[in-house]
Amino acid sequence: MTLATFFQHVLTGISLGGAYALIAIGYTMVYGILRLINFAHGDIFMMAGYFMIFSMVTFPWQIAIPLVCLLTVVLGVVIERVAYKPIRTAPRMSIMISAIGVSYLIQNLATYLFTALPRAYPEIPFLKKIFQIGSISSSLVTFITPVLTILLVIGLILLINHTKVGMAMRAVSKDFETAQLMGIRINNTISTTFIIGSLLAAIGSILYFTDRSSVTPFSGTLPGLKCFIAAVLGGIGSIPGAVVGGFAIGICETFLVAMGYSTYSDAFTFVLLIIILLFRPTGLFGEKMIDKV
Amino acid sequence: MTKSKKMIYTAILGVLILALLIFLEANKTQYGMAYTILQKGIILSVVAVSMNLVTGFTGLFSLGQAGFMAIGAYVTAIFLIPVENIKDVYYISGIAPGILSFKNWLEAGPAFTQMLLPYIALIIGGVVAALFAALIGYPVLRLKSDYLAIATLGFSEIVRAIISSPQMDTITNGSYGLKKIPGFVSIVETFGIMVVCVLLMVLLLRSTYGRAFRAIREDEVAAEAMGINLAKHKQMSFIIGSFFSAVSGGMLAMFMRSIDSRTFSVSLTYDILLIVVIGGIGSVTGSVIAALLVTASKEWWLRFFDNPLAIGGVQIPFFRTGFRMVIFSIILLVVVLFYQKGIMGKNEFSWERLEKRFKKLISPKKGGAKNV
Repeated sequence: MTLATFFQHVLTGISLGGAYALIAIGYTMVYGILRLINFAHGDIFMMAGYFMIFSMVTFPWQIAIPLVCLLTVVLGVVIERVAYKPIRTAPRMSIMISAIGVSYLIQNLATYLFTALPRAYPEIPFLKKIFQIGSISSSLVTFITPVLTILLVIGLILLINHTKVGMAMRAVSKDFETAQLMGIRINNTISTTFIIGSLLAAIGSILYFTDRSSVTPFSGTLPGLKCFIAAVLGGIGSIPGAVVGGFAIGICETFLVAMGYSTYSDAFTFVLLIIILLFRPTGLFGEKMIDKV
Repeated sequence: MTKSKKMIYTAILGVLILALLIFLEANKTQYGMAYTILQKGIILSVVAVSMNLVTGFTGLFSLGQAGFMAIGAYVTAIFLIPVENIKDVYYISGIAPGILSFKNWLEAGPAFTQMLLPYIALIIGGVVAALFAALIGYPVLRLKSDYLAIATLGFSEIVRAIISSPQMDTITNGSYGLKKIPGFVSIVETFGIMVVCVLLMVLLLRSTYGRAFRAIREDEVAAEAMGINLAKHKQMSFIIGSFFSAVSGGMLAMFMRSIDSRTFSVSLTYDILLIVVIGGIGSVTGSVIAALLVTASKEWWLRFFDNPLAIGGVQIPFFRTGFRMVIFSIILLVVVLFYQKGIMGKNEFSWERLEKRFKKLISPKKGGAKNV
């Protein structure tokens, strides 16, 4: 591996990692507040891909991108209201089964509406423009992704630490009932969490699929699981952790593929999960949880 | 109701089922659809009960069923494919010499081993899956249930990736899959294996171990305080559940006659979860009933959702390929959201309950309310 190809792979890895990080934030925020693995998050991400395909048919990209974000946010909030809110107090397993049910429904609905055949992802001309630094060349999206990810994360952290909404979210994630007693509107706060998560998933989806060029009803499953693992790696509930986890998994995966182990690159992520759970269950940046009886 | 009366009823039911199966076996060609569906339902009921053992009775949310089934199916298939067909099956890269000589040695064995071979294969498939379960159960079972769900889901995807990888070509035939697997002799045999598996699991659930499992499900801390070794019992439930999942996977391989890694994708686990939820999380009979019902409606009764339908010459727009699965996912959601008990809740089938229901049906005013 020459130095130039090495840097080329690093760049691809960082770009993939950026998209993963944006999705992982959605998992980590929902888990932080509801203690729920939102199995449907990967499918929301997939649906954002389809929204993009259909809105690019009629609109130019300047209108299509905000439209896709809006539709994805609506989808995320509707899922929360319909499938998670009614059973918020039910046993943990019911909520998880409900989340799986939603994921199953979205996949089957997408298969029904758009068929299982891969659909071509539209090209946004300026993102696809080839860009060159020294001997490394890549499309613009590869350079934009990590920068955009970092900017969005900084914005998100500012939002969480310095605004009223952010304070409410922190309060709800610490203690549900006490937050309610302090006059925080729990439902609004949870909806806000889903809005932010879905928005980031929509942006992540645009960045991810632009490099991959086709969408199928099942193309959300594996990225979804990997991003959840990224969130666990970084420490579930921690936003910087999710970003670091996303980048780490993206870079590792790219290098495994580059070295010719593409069949095992998916398996690697899950082995990583088991290793984290064995040696550091709270992840890199997670707080230690104490179970009270 | 007296005990002897119940015994008589149960015996009659057993004879009726057996008679139905023998009748179907004799008229296989005429009732081909019913025969196939019943057989598939019987096979899926084994894995549904095993998932219920882990998820419903011990409270461990495991989503690795498809992976364990894949292990069972491949081990069974490799054991059972006759030596003379080996060349046709592994036509791409040949079979590993070790396996070939082992199969030759098996074929040369006495006649009764040939007869018992399917059962031996199913058990060995189960044991292999149980070993894997022990291996991943050790790190993962110590953690909270949601991590278990993701880790087992991941495990089943890893199994699939490894089975279909080119490095495994000489063992699993890579992505081409295995075919020419000998099937069941008759549906009675399938039913017999299922009865043995389910009975073993019911016996386990009725033992002290089963009580410990239920205690863990209700409250881990209280169970531990009562002296139940959490790690040991969770591990045990997980391993036994995986064993029976793999047996069911082996049966599925014998039923389908040809398998490949795509058969055992995550959606297979979701299908089984659907069965368990509809039957009632924590009810063995519920799972068996739901397995038959769901399989029958999915493959047979509700097939019409996938075909274009016209009523009085007007084309109904929704009916086309894929609509059936949308309906099924909506059913799963509706059951989880509004009807969490499923068909049976945590109850088991009993003649008393049936009698009560029956009496209620005949004279709605007298029965029911008072007794409750």
